[in-house]
Amino acid sequence: MMAGPMLLSIQDLKVSFRMGQGRRADAVKGVSFDVPANTTVALVGESGSGKSVTAMSMLNLLPDNAERSGRVLWQGKDLLQASMPELQALRGKDIACVFQDPMTSLNPVFTVGAQVVEPLMKHMKLGRKEAWARAEALLAEVGIPEPKRRLGSYPHEMSGGQQQRVMIAMALACEPRLLIADEPTTALDVTIQRQIIELLARLQDKHHMSVLFISHDLGLVGEIARHVVVMRHGVVREQGPVAQLFEAPKDDYTRALLACRPSLEGNPARLMVIDDHLEAQRVAAAGGAKVMRAEASVKSGDAPVVLQVRSLAKSFWLKQGLFGKREFKAVQNVNFELKRGHTLGVVGESGSGKTTMGLTLLRLHEPTGGEVIFDGQNLLELSDRERQLMRRRIQIVFQNPYASLNPRFTIGQTLVEPMTIHHIGKDLAEREQRARTLLEKVGLDGRAFGKYPHEFSGGQRQRVAIARCLTLNPEVLVLDEAVSALDVSVQAQVLNLLKDLQDELGLAYVFISHDLAVVRFISDEVLVMKDGVVVEQASAAQILAAPREEYTKRLLAAIPRGYRPAV
Amino acid sequence: MPGPPDDAAQRSEGVWHAAWRRYKSDRVGMVSLVIVIAFLLLIAAAALGLVAKDWQKEVGVPNAPPTFMGPAAAQAVGAIEAPKGPNVDLSDIDPLAPRYKEWDERAKQYQTTETAKAETLPLGADRLGRDVLAKAVKGTEISVFVGVVAAVVATLIGTGLGAFGGFFGGKIGDFLEWLYNVFESIPGILLIFAFAAVFGRGIWTVVLILGLTGWTGMYRQVRAEFIKHAGREYVRSAEAIGASRLSRMFRHILPNVSHVVLVRMSLLVVGFIKAEVILSYLGLGVPVDQVSWGTMLAEAQSELILGHWWQLAAATLFMAAFVTAFSLMADAARDALDPKLRGAE
Repeated sequence: MMAGPMLLSIQDLKVSFRMGQGRRADAVKGVSFDVPANTTVALVGESGSGKSVTAMSMLNLLPDNAERSGRVLWQGKDLLQASMPELQALRGKDIACVFQDPMTSLNPVFTVGAQVVEPLMKHMKLGRKEAWARAEALLAEVGIPEPKRRLGSYPHEMSGGQQQRVMIAMALACEPRLLIADEPTTALDVTIQRQIIELLARLQDKHHMSVLFISHDLGLVGEIARHVVVMRHGVVREQGPVAQLFEAPKDDYTRALLACRPSLEGNPARLMVIDDHLEAQRVAAAGGAKVMRAEASVKSGDAPVVLQVRSLAKSFWLKQGLFGKREFKAVQNVNFELKRGHTLGVVGESGSGKTTMGLTLLRLHEPTGGEVIFDGQNLLELSDRERQLMRRRIQIVFQNPYASLNPRFTIGQTLVEPMTIHHIGKDLAEREQRARTLLEKVGLDGRAFGKYPHEFSGGQRQRVAIARCLTLNPEVLVLDEAVSALDVSVQAQVLNLLKDLQDELGLAYVFISHDLAVVRFISDEVLVMKDGVVVEQASAAQILAAPREEYTKRLLAAIPRGYRPAV
Repeated sequence: MPGPPDDAAQRSEGVWHAAWRRYKSDRVGMVSLVIVIAFLLLIAAAALGLVAKDWQKEVGVPNAPPTFMGPAAAQAVGAIEAPKGPNVDLSDIDPLAPRYKEWDERAKQYQTTETAKAETLPLGADRLGRDVLAKAVKGTEISVFVGVVAAVVATLIGTGLGAFGGFFGGKIGDFLEWLYNVFESIPGILLIFAFAAVFGRGIWTVVLILGLTGWTGMYRQVRAEFIKHAGREYVRSAEAIGASRLSRMFRHILPNVSHVVLVRMSLLVVGFIKAEVILSYLGLGVPVDQVSWGTMLAEAQSELILGHWWQLAAATLFMAAFVTAFSLMADAARDALDPKLRGAE
């Protein structure tokens, strides 16, 4: 199956964490796989699957309360038994790591050059002059323009993509045999992600090294890896060559993962979720019904307009010099109409002003100009009292479900509070009753009522946040990257929930996301934003089929499409 | 309380319950908590007059030593040599002699009792013969009362101003920062002296002085927390559902920073107890008819020269025990309340 000698072989690796008071949490429960020389192996799984713990345990980069057992053979030598000095000799030299967030992985007080030179002098025993020359060559190799000048820059002077390139240059400095890349592109924009992936593939090929690529994104993995290991709950569910895994997945979970991700081709009314899929498998195995996959119904075009935005603008004033101020136009000249029961998708990369636009709609930011007409009234000209009434009708769901619920409120308190503020329901009992009904509507049971947010997973918290908005009977919901922080399977569930609620309650959504595939699934019309300006505005199908603008084309091209057999 | 009756049973472990569970597993914390509670009970008893009510009474001989040392050696009074020669009746040359009898008669009309003064006391006596143990207990009451009340005052000022400064920023924030800078720029002890000189002596003066000068650290920390939390999404969400500013400040943010306030306040208690001791020692603290650890230490200064060390020891022992236990308790509370230890939250 695989050519060449095994570079790394993991056999029955188990990792557990001591949690105090004799409790232990098993993170990895007996994982075995091999990494051959000169190959890219991907470790795929959702959060909590143990993929990062597996990778970090090889070099013992885990916290002190971790206990490991099994064998990690590096060219035949067991790394679990290796002493600290032996491991330190390996780290950075033979096995290098690139982490998820380049902003926190680089030391902000040293120049980029100093950080690239350090491993060169330490591991490669190069002299100062040679090391700097080599560092310059490395930066050039990872595609940083003007490498000589950039050596003297500090990390904050570079963009996220450039920082990640520097991290890769540092990892390559000692010509490692194995590069462990732990979600190296998750914090980056999709176009930058594409560049980094291409860079990694090129470097892997050129230096004949192996890459252990850790990711949650099957689409991305399909493009870069030759061999894929799918993990869930600390166990390997399936492993094999990429073609086999994508074309004939054997495991139900792998199949479900492939199915629950919205794709750019075809538009189902609902997404598959993991449980559905596993259930369907069981039914199918018993000779039951086949899975339904109806196309989305077409919405009526003559629904009433609920929200009309005309030349909305928002500027921030940046201090410049001692007294000077400079205008920074975060959003300029945004126009759109939103019909009842319809969804407007807003796409753009980070810094494009899409979130600022969303916050400005609710006047969580004071707009600089323009009109937001809601039900015949300009939201931007209302007095505080009138605005309080309008607040009920336009609501927002934020990106991070871990931050958007008050940790000291029970779910019940969180849901009852908005009703108390707006005098919905005549007494506490009625409000609590309504809160329970809404919890069931978003797919949580009534027991959640007395619990605190920290007892819920990300997807469940996002459901609570949606329920909180629904307590006020809104007509428009602004969803600011509402599913971006969730795992793909959970993402599918929340997206389905949003569609169901829209059909049932006639909600209009402003759906802000960087993820074109998700936007394509849920939106009727799409705005593409760049640097605060709308560059393209058309129906969802049209934008995907025939993008007019260069920028939109680039965005579309950058989306990982999974494994495609070579033609 | 309306609502289904099974609500209470379903309500799961809150943040405070979880913190208490963590606190209980900290052995040092529990021991210090027991010590602090014991002190508080003692203080309550003293305040209610159950113990150390008459600490002013001179129950022992002056400077009576602690019991375990035994009574002080009888002082060698420079005995005058007994005169020899015959006994002489002086009544014919004493002009008052005829009235002695009358005075004796009159003296008998009044009851006088010579209370037997104790030779030793459990922790000895001061120079007036007052029981040092009773003084120490009463001193604990005053010192801890001053420390706790002053800390509450400083906390209220610091938290209130910090909340407004951090949440609103802008002009209000600038003004409060200016005020803070003024207070911070004056050396603390000078500020305390200035206030003490203006207000005169008294327990409440000490409380006010410490409260008015000690809020700055709390202000700075609470302000920073409020700035941090004001931008958080849960506060944004509260704004989106229409929660008022005050509700966002005190219903949403304050409970989330309360652990910072609580820990800071217990540190203030310790600091203020020490400050009260210093003030009283310098004669700027509690008035002379009251006793605190500070006044005991001040008295001990002159006693020590004569070798009477027990008042110093008693005051030091009580203070060290309370302050150490309270600091350790605050430490354990911080560990238990720190949300960072709770994982992803």
